[in-house]
Amino acid sequence: MRYTSPTTVDEARSLLAEHPGSRVFAGATDLVPQMRSGRPAPPVLVDLKKIAQLMSVTHENGQWTIGAATPTANLTRNHDFTAMFPGLSEAMGLIGSDQIQNRSSLGGNLANASPAADSVPAMIANGVQAVIATADGTRTVPVAEIVTGPGRTSLADGEFIVEFTLADTPADTSDAYLRMIPRTEMDIAIVGSAVRLTVSDNIITDATVVLGAVAPTAVTVPDAGAALIGAAINAGQIDDSALNTLADAASAACDPIDDKRGTVAYRRRVAGVLTRRAAATAVERAQNGA
Amino acid sequence: MSRTHITCTVNGDPVDFLASDGTSLLDALRDELGLTGAKEGCGTGDCGACSVLIDGRLNCSCLVFAPEAEGTEIVTVEGIADDDRLHPLQQTFLEGAALQCGICTPGVLIAAKALLDANPDPTETEIRYALAGNLCRCTGYDKIVRSVQEAAVQLKGAAR
Repeated sequence: MRYTSPTTVDEARSLLAEHPGSRVFAGATDLVPQMRSGRPAPPVLVDLKKIAQLMSVTHENGQWTIGAATPTANLTRNHDFTAMFPGLSEAMGLIGSDQIQNRSSLGGNLANASPAADSVPAMIANGVQAVIATADGTRTVPVAEIVTGPGRTSLADGEFIVEFTLADTPADTSDAYLRMIPRTEMDIAIVGSAVRLTVSDNIITDATVVLGAVAPTAVTVPDAGAALIGAAINAGQIDDSALNTLADAASAACDPIDDKRGTVAYRRRVAGVLTRRAAATAVERAQNGA
Repeated sequence: MSRTHITCTVNGDPVDFLASDGTSLLDALRDELGLTGAKEGCGTGDCGACSVLIDGRLNCSCLVFAPEAEGTEIVTVEGIADDDRLHPLQQTFLEGAALQCGICTPGVLIAAKALLDANPDPTETEIRYALAGNLCRCTGYDKIVRSVQEAAVQLKGAAR
């Protein structure tokens, strides 16, 4: 196995074209455990962290551009970013320890294609777009279109994620992410729920609900979003019947696995509970301008 | 497997060594440089026993490929004492009996140093979160947390 550290996207593209089966990586927080558990080592490792574009975070003209290999700690410690996207930031802040967050990246969390990836539902809820280096250029697709199943993506051989783009949230819009794990820290989600919504004159006027860890990929739940749209807020509280419809829709959208971390019935139930709570937090943030 | 010549700074000293490309930084530190403070507990980034600072940032050295260390500044537990005077964290861990078998201790000390470098006056909750990536299977965590609190007090006193 050979280690390479290209300094440009073009150089990385060439390395991947010349060496089929090679792997790009940023933090290697998933790659190393996979190799240690017996997956064959790639012939060439392509370290993306020396490419400045993949390690930068910029905020210009109402748009954020986040290098795909940027350590998530750089984002969770970025006060402007965290104030703008508190739910996405808290999702990244739940992934592993400080040691991990100094290495882990949004690009890696997405491309690793775990159904339980915490940042992915929050990215989808926020309409994040992924810019992908192709054989001869780039293409831009919504994050929701990258993962096709556990460990599988729509990225072709030789393609890799360069950066993510997302627009500023309006002042009346905010997000929240909650997850359930069997322990209190350092575990893999059995349910994750991201909610992004807009509140205007005490009415929810837009809402997106995305669940993680309850299906082969993160799932957007249109019925759950629809349950929130039009719901009244009284003294900061979402109308209870809307919350009940929301929870039922979230539970109904689950197609989870049954494993040592959680049963199917438990994951379904918790998806509803977490989504209610995430919606309540998002409303509080939207009304307080967070 | 190709071997790469790597030049970096470890505990303030310029060093160079040869390592196979797939070698972890942890193995390079231990086997090529003889710095056996950092330990391999899990080898998958879960336990933190291999924690080191790379350019001031806390990392699991088992997740870092040795060639990634080129040009970096690395601090291991061997580098935190001031000659023969222990770092306040090392001293308070000794006095507070914050270790039994000691396997996790080098990583805990490095993680605690990373915390206190960034936040000289952490709350107990902040200490527990900052050390959440360092597993200890002997003492439990209370003595570790109390020793970090005591070291923070001493470091603040020394800074005055």
